[in-house]
Amino acid sequence: MSDAPALTLFQQQESNRRRTVLLIAGFVLFFAWLGFGGDYLYSAYTAPLPPPEQHHVWWFGIILTIVGAGLATYAYRTGPDKVLWSTGAWEVIVPTDDKQHQLVNVVEEMAIAAGIPRPRIWIIPDPDPNAFATGLDPLHSHIAVTQGLLDLCSRDELQGVIGHEMGHIKNLDVRLMTTLAAVVGAVILIHNGLSQVLRGGVRVGGSGGGGRGFSGKRGGGGGPILIILLVVWVISWILAPIITQLLAMAVSRQREYQADAMGAQFTRNPMALASALQKIEAADAPTTHIHAGAAHLCIADPLGRQLGTKEGGFADVFATHPPMAKRITILKGMGYAQAKKEGGAVA
Amino acid sequence: MGSWILIAAVVLLGLWLVSAYNGLISLKNQTLNAFKQIDVQLKRRHDLIPNLVNAVKGAMDFEKSTLEAVIQARNQAVKVNAQGPDAIKQIGQAENALSSALSKLMVVVERYPDLKATGNVAQLQEELTSTENKVSFARQLYNDTATQYNTRQQQFPTSLVAGMARATPADLWEIEDQGDRAVPQVDFSKPKA
Repeated sequence: MSDAPALTLFQQQESNRRRTVLLIAGFVLFFAWLGFGGDYLYSAYTAPLPPPEQHHVWWFGIILTIVGAGLATYAYRTGPDKVLWSTGAWEVIVPTDDKQHQLVNVVEEMAIAAGIPRPRIWIIPDPDPNAFATGLDPLHSHIAVTQGLLDLCSRDELQGVIGHEMGHIKNLDVRLMTTLAAVVGAVILIHNGLSQVLRGGVRVGGSGGGGRGFSGKRGGGGGPILIILLVVWVISWILAPIITQLLAMAVSRQREYQADAMGAQFTRNPMALASALQKIEAADAPTTHIHAGAAHLCIADPLGRQLGTKEGGFADVFATHPPMAKRITILKGMGYAQAKKEGGAVA
Repeated sequence: MGSWILIAAVVLLGLWLVSAYNGLISLKNQTLNAFKQIDVQLKRRHDLIPNLVNAVKGAMDFEKSTLEAVIQARNQAVKVNAQGPDAIKQIGQAENALSSALSKLMVVVERYPDLKATGNVAQLQEELTSTENKVSFARQLYNDTATQYNTRQQQFPTSLVAGMARATPADLWEIEDQGDRAVPQVDFSKPKA
């Protein structure tokens, strides 16, 4: 038993590394495709004209690829910060009350059990119980829990939840999931920025952060650039929701089962996580501080979508989380199996 | 043609040897590291206990013997500086004694609800729980890693390389006295605050 999980852990890490690379490559390639596609059309359009007016140098492609690569790098580097910032979490540096002391202790314990450095700890001021982990690798990771989770859970249950998050960190799920969140965030940012640019004519500025990236390239004349912007805008309009859904699919729900199992392996107490999940499920209110872009990072769907209640067909495609009842059943199964062979077990 | 097959076979064998050897060495170092982590946590516990005991001394005048037992077990555990093959056993015995002294203290605290109401006793309880958990999770990680290491070096065909990598089975950290194991579990079944 002890050999198999190690192998799967390694495989999980490898798969997460590979998928993160694919995701970033896909993001950059998409920009390159847009840019060079535009160049191709424009050069075909100007082909009948005399040579000086032909479109020789494929600027759009080059610039958009650089912009895409820059955005991807930025999204990757700042992903964890952005995710934490978007939830309004604050970092626990010096714990001030009993619950915070307990949280810090529990995170330290689970870090020891998982054999990784202690992640930084954050609290989200939201009454709904939920939690997530983010970061790019186990050396730079974060765990955030809502105030609701702290208030609702017993020590053992909190330990179960933190163990689950520690599993996500150890098998590098956090890298893939955080990068996904950051890339989706970038697409939404571009989308919003472009909407503003197009609404206000060519005037760039205001609060649209994404718009600023495009104001710099004013080289090729107003008309074609506006067309390209329009195309990017329309595509991002279509793309943003699709990507959000793809994300739900790419982040296979198998991941949550695996993290549950790893959490149980760390705590040796699957029943506590089962009971925490029951409490989280019972408090069905949406976690208002966590938005759709980061939903897949959480231990339970923060949007409170009912899709998660059953498996198969429609729900399989669109839900970010497996059905709670099934997770609880599996954990309880582990608990009973453990209780059965308790006598001979080593501490 | 035949010679090419032979060369390919030798190359594959060489690659396998390297990866099996490196796998064993990596597990060996992980095991050593996990063992060091137990040391770190035990040291932390030794350092923490005097402070904790001082914090409740005043409030627990009537339970002097329990506190003294904790201090004594702690001093005993600090003194153990074992080396060699029996190291795990000796350290284990002293630390288990300390664990059971601490769990008795916890039981005593549970017995006096008034005591629990005072602020620093509740904190003491949390710190003790956490300290004990940290020690046991460090052991758990060590045992898991060591088991993996032992399994790997005994399994065929990696067992053929074990001698070359100087891999010898690592001792697991066991709690020998079943009584030690049972006491805290029975007492903790009381509802906690």
